[in-house]
Amino acid sequence: MVEWTDFERATIQDIFSKMDYEVVGPAALSRCLIVYPWTQRYFGNFGNLYNAAAIMGNPMVAKHGTTILNSLERGVKKMDNIKETYAELSKLHSEKLRVDPDNFKLLSDCLTIVVAAQLGKAFTGEVQAAFQKFMAVVVSSLGRQYY
Amino acid sequence: MLSTKQKELIAEIWGGLTPVAEDIGADALLRMFASYPGTKTYFSHLDISPRSAHLLSHGKKIVLAIAEGAKDISQLTVTLAPLQTLHAYQLRIDPTNFKLFSHCMLVTLACHMGDDFTPVAHAAMDKYLSAFAAVLAEKYR
Repeated sequence: MVEWTDFERATIQDIFSKMDYEVVGPAALSRCLIVYPWTQRYFGNFGNLYNAAAIMGNPMVAKHGTTILNSLERGVKKMDNIKETYAELSKLHSEKLRVDPDNFKLLSDCLTIVVAAQLGKAFTGEVQAAFQKFMAVVVSSLGRQYY
Repeated sequence: MLSTKQKELIAEIWGGLTPVAEDIGADALLRMFASYPGTKTYFSHLDISPRSAHLLSHGKKIVLAIAEGAKDISQLTVTLAPLQTLHAYQLRIDPTNFKLFSHCMLVTLACHMGDDFTPVAHAAMDKYLSAFAAVLAEKYR
């Protein structure tokens, strides 16, 4: 069981409640595909990912980014049982999508950077630590059902 | 391998950050201490509380070294030779920590530059910091 301090709970709820998923999701996913181009291997049917501009303008990337953020919200709403929340998705990523779990961390880092850029000074070291702790738990849960 | 465009972009960004080296460096260090408490073990001889003189001076040193390297990335091994020796024989910081610091530096840059920290700039910066860390650890063994 993950122990959350009051500060951590409040921080996570606060960040996500103020987030526009349709902006942050696409920004995070496209950033991941640009900064870590090998992650594009999982998106062969997404069309034009040829360069940064193409990726940032790609509607399939945008849609998927939003989907990911909506899914993260489930973890935000169930911080006391994130493992169970993502059990199905973990199986999906393992058995059907065959995604190397190392990639979850890459996307998580890109999301952190996007949130940092949005919040600026408000994204203090303590806030960052809380956000990264939450993402680490999500990432771990997504890797849980692999065998 | 950094492209010419990427090298120019990196040199430009670090050139602009030199005047605020203290703040950038201290911010990145503080983030690292908050998210990765194990990194504090290397600083037991310093006062690393926010805005302490030690923290600011140390942050400044690090940023200026990174900025210096950015001026001519193809010469990184030459520029960093003294720091390579320092880290290998005296400091002996486990190189995994370079990754942690680099990540926190990227977060600092994102907070500082906002939208200007574009995905393209982020990619170039991540590559540069990885190369910097790799060169720094070259004399370890």
